[in-house]
Amino acid sequence: MTSATNGNGAQAQPRPQSDPPVGGPPTGRVAPGGKTGEPLSTAPGPAARAFEAVPWAAGSLEGGPERLIFERSSPGRRASSFPDGGGLPEVDLDQALPAGLRRTASVRLPEVSERDLVRHYTRLAHRNYAVDLGFYPLGSCTMKYNPKVAEAAAALPGFARLHPAQPAEQVQGALELLARLEHALCELTGLAAATFQPAAGAHGELTGLLIIRAYHEARNDPRRRVVIPDAAHGTNPASVRLAGFETTTVASSPEGLVDLAALEKVLDTDVAAFMITNPNTLGLFERNIARVAELVHGVGGQLYYDGANFNAILGKARPGDMGFDVVHLNLHKTFATPHGGGGPGAGPLVVAEHLVDFLPAPVVVRDGDGGYRWDSDRPRSIGRVHGWNGNFGILVRAFAYLLANGGEGLRGVAERAVLNANYLLERLSVAYQLGYPSRPVMHEFVLSARRQKGQGARGLDIAKGLIDRGFHPPTVYFPLIVEEALMVEPTETESLETLDSFADAMLEIAAQAEADPHPLHQAPVTAPVGRLDEARAARQLVARWHPPTEPDQAASDPADAGPAEKPTS
Amino acid sequence: MLAALGLDDVDQLFQPIPSDLRAPADLDLPRPHAEQEVAAELGRLAARNRHLDELTCFLGAGVYDHYVPASVWYLAGRGEFATSYTPYQPEMSQGVLQALFEYQTLISELTGLEISNASLYDGASAVAEAATMAVATTRRSELLVSAAVAPRVRELLETYSRGLDIKLVEVGALDGHTDLDEVRGKASDQTAAVLLAQPNFFGVVEDVAAAADLVHAVGARLLVTFDPLTAGVLEPPGRLGADVVVGEGQGLGNHPNFGGPAFGFLACRPEDVRRLPGRLVGETLDTAGRRAFVLTLQAREQHIRREKATSNICTNQTLNAIAASVYLSWLGPQGLEELGRLSLRAARYAADRLAAIPGVRLAFPHQPYVKEFVVRLPADPAEVSRRLVDHGLLAGLPLAGLAPGLEDGLLVAVTERRTKEDIDRLADALTTVLADLGATDSDRRREGEEVAR
Repeated sequence: MTSATNGNGAQAQPRPQSDPPVGGPPTGRVAPGGKTGEPLSTAPGPAARAFEAVPWAAGSLEGGPERLIFERSSPGRRASSFPDGGGLPEVDLDQALPAGLRRTASVRLPEVSERDLVRHYTRLAHRNYAVDLGFYPLGSCTMKYNPKVAEAAAALPGFARLHPAQPAEQVQGALELLARLEHALCELTGLAAATFQPAAGAHGELTGLLIIRAYHEARNDPRRRVVIPDAAHGTNPASVRLAGFETTTVASSPEGLVDLAALEKVLDTDVAAFMITNPNTLGLFERNIARVAELVHGVGGQLYYDGANFNAILGKARPGDMGFDVVHLNLHKTFATPHGGGGPGAGPLVVAEHLVDFLPAPVVVRDGDGGYRWDSDRPRSIGRVHGWNGNFGILVRAFAYLLANGGEGLRGVAERAVLNANYLLERLSVAYQLGYPSRPVMHEFVLSARRQKGQGARGLDIAKGLIDRGFHPPTVYFPLIVEEALMVEPTETESLETLDSFADAMLEIAAQAEADPHPLHQAPVTAPVGRLDEARAARQLVARWHPPTEPDQAASDPADAGPAEKPTS
Repeated sequence: MLAALGLDDVDQLFQPIPSDLRAPADLDLPRPHAEQEVAAELGRLAARNRHLDELTCFLGAGVYDHYVPASVWYLAGRGEFATSYTPYQPEMSQGVLQALFEYQTLISELTGLEISNASLYDGASAVAEAATMAVATTRRSELLVSAAVAPRVRELLETYSRGLDIKLVEVGALDGHTDLDEVRGKASDQTAAVLLAQPNFFGVVEDVAAAADLVHAVGARLLVTFDPLTAGVLEPPGRLGADVVVGEGQGLGNHPNFGGPAFGFLACRPEDVRRLPGRLVGETLDTAGRRAFVLTLQAREQHIRREKATSNICTNQTLNAIAASVYLSWLGPQGLEELGRLSLRAARYAADRLAAIPGVRLAFPHQPYVKEFVVRLPADPAEVSRRLVDHGLLAGLPLAGLAPGLEDGLLVAVTERRTKEDIDRLADALTTVLADLGATDSDRRREGEEVAR
């Protein structure tokens, strides 16, 4: 089966909707990189290209895999240079600093030239997969394409070279950006005000829960418990504990939704909040959400929206209208800012009117004369959760994305994300079971590799098989309530050709599992390395490099290691 | 695609959303913009800010104007790093994993402690994570916090302590440094940890070793928030007895970015590794016996341990940590020392020049400092700073409201980027501004000296 044919045997036609713009509205414009109307003449076959497209990624260059930067070190080499401090008086370190505070031994940084430095990190880059290289259907992570105009904007000196302690009159453009982004997030969530301090989703969760805690305490009604569904992200219960609450877990219904009866049972006046995603982690919209809100509010609890899955309903439905009181958004998911190999992200928190006073201070306000300033006079604020203003550079990128798409484009984002997910599910459901039977799904879906497990190929084997076929695997083994879970989130930015070639690879793997699962156990064989001994990594912890002459186990403390030694290459 | 699904309209896929929960069509959102319009609008907003290429920066207080070499973001900004996710699939993520393993080694070297995690949000939240760790490892709940730790960091600790079982107790500052006698008096068998900053908020270098002895005598931990850019001249706190060393990594190759993104780092002793928050990369072998790297000890983390995790952190600041690795490799051991010395020379020259201005004096003239110091001014520091902007200068951070007794204080930071000419310009402009404000007459000067005694 080639990618020009879809799962139902229908001829797939190129259409603009399948190659959505990242920097413009859904129709009427050609997407960057998307060539509307070009025939699919070069559709790749199944197993399009393995990850190891670059021959030296696996280490064929210079006789092995890329060494550590420390192993490239050669005494006397350096990339850095500094001015000689012309005219500045020399300082005698012995006089300037008391003995005992002065550094006694050289810091063992690598000694490399700029050439070595550039080659090293370029080669490391070649050993890494990314959205810029290909499809990354990691469920719950929204690995959409990251438009480059946003990168250019964030790099402008007027943003990148701003000091966070500069007085407001010097940073009016930055404050205006924050105020306009806040307004847009309030419109999209149906809530009243936002803070940008949280640096990531989990940070937003903690902030929101501390606000909920302060709210109940301000009403002389302190509460101890937070309810979460059994399918929740691990950050939810971890944040609950950090905010000083206890977790109560509520089971999902057979349809994969919140079980209203079970929820009612655990709700009482000790419940501070119910924390959920919608769509939930199975990719299903909680259609009873209004009733859920009624129940939670009925006992005086607050409804918390984990924005991990907001991409599905962007501009289509609003958490505030569903009854949510607190929402955190993951701008590094929904607003297309790059994930950076695990951050930086941005997890702004948006709250309803009755919680606005509790937001972290300071907040941006606009004065009558149209100027912006920080307002720190917030007596009911929970205080600061970030040293400064959160990940401002990420907010610049998110604002660029907002402008590019506009309201109309954002609705289109949700529509294409949901369409792509349902299309992919349709193609995959011939070979894979759905974790929970409900359809249509929203922006993602959870398959179960139960059938393939019976044939001898587990979810992990399928994931590793995908690596050999040139794709990043879906999220595996999450959510926990689905056996052998494969959580697939294609996002809106992928073309029909890409979805089809991924489906072809998945179906080929299913066929392989049925015929002979053995090769899948060996996968990946084309990546820079094969499967890793993860148990060894944990058992014999090596969390840093040591010079060859120095014991390299974690038990050795460099403080006891004597004088510094020059690393040698 | 719709046809393949047997649908006419994409809206049919949104049928699970009840109609009364559909968003109104008239949301107040921008119209779609073409790329050049986006670039123009962001350019317009950026131009409304006065940035550090326009103003000569002596403002620090945790974020510093260190030079960012061209190679840092040329490399860290590569799409293979920037557009990847957390390395859950190690076979196709060796680039990020190896870069983080190198990062951990570099942070270990700078802090003098064996184990570093793979980054936290920022320096302030890293302090809260360190406090959580100390409480968990000692099973005690009191944290003694020096008044010479940055107010922002103490505010954040206050916020975090609402949810945690941590009791914060302030230890005063005396002549710009933490009052160790007060530490001795307040530390007890209830004390989980003592928190110091090195150098501290006032730029003063603390006697970490003496503090460590006091803290360890009661079985508590010493937590130090450390400026890694001073590691070329200062002994790393881990070598002086600190048990957990954290800090703000912005100066390591990251632009000020109006406060973020940069990153926080955290390093600890091997025996505390199971209480470590966040990601940790370890070395291992693949099936063919090749060296490879992988996220390890994940049983500490939220996605495995859920409410029993050591922290809730998931997404961290990986890309900024990679930038720091590139930066430190660019720097090399010689570069780190040269940078530290250059900064120290410039800071001392600046302190001498400023203190020579009538009415201006150092707040803590007898304390050691390496890149930042406090001057007392004979006029309102906020007003003085405002006027110095007209001279193209960001003079520093006015301390009114931030440090009791230092209402006339200005915190001045001098990095390796500040030249003799920059400093002369600051001193000359300050002289002019003070004269304009009529704040240099000899009476005021004498009055100031009286107060100093």
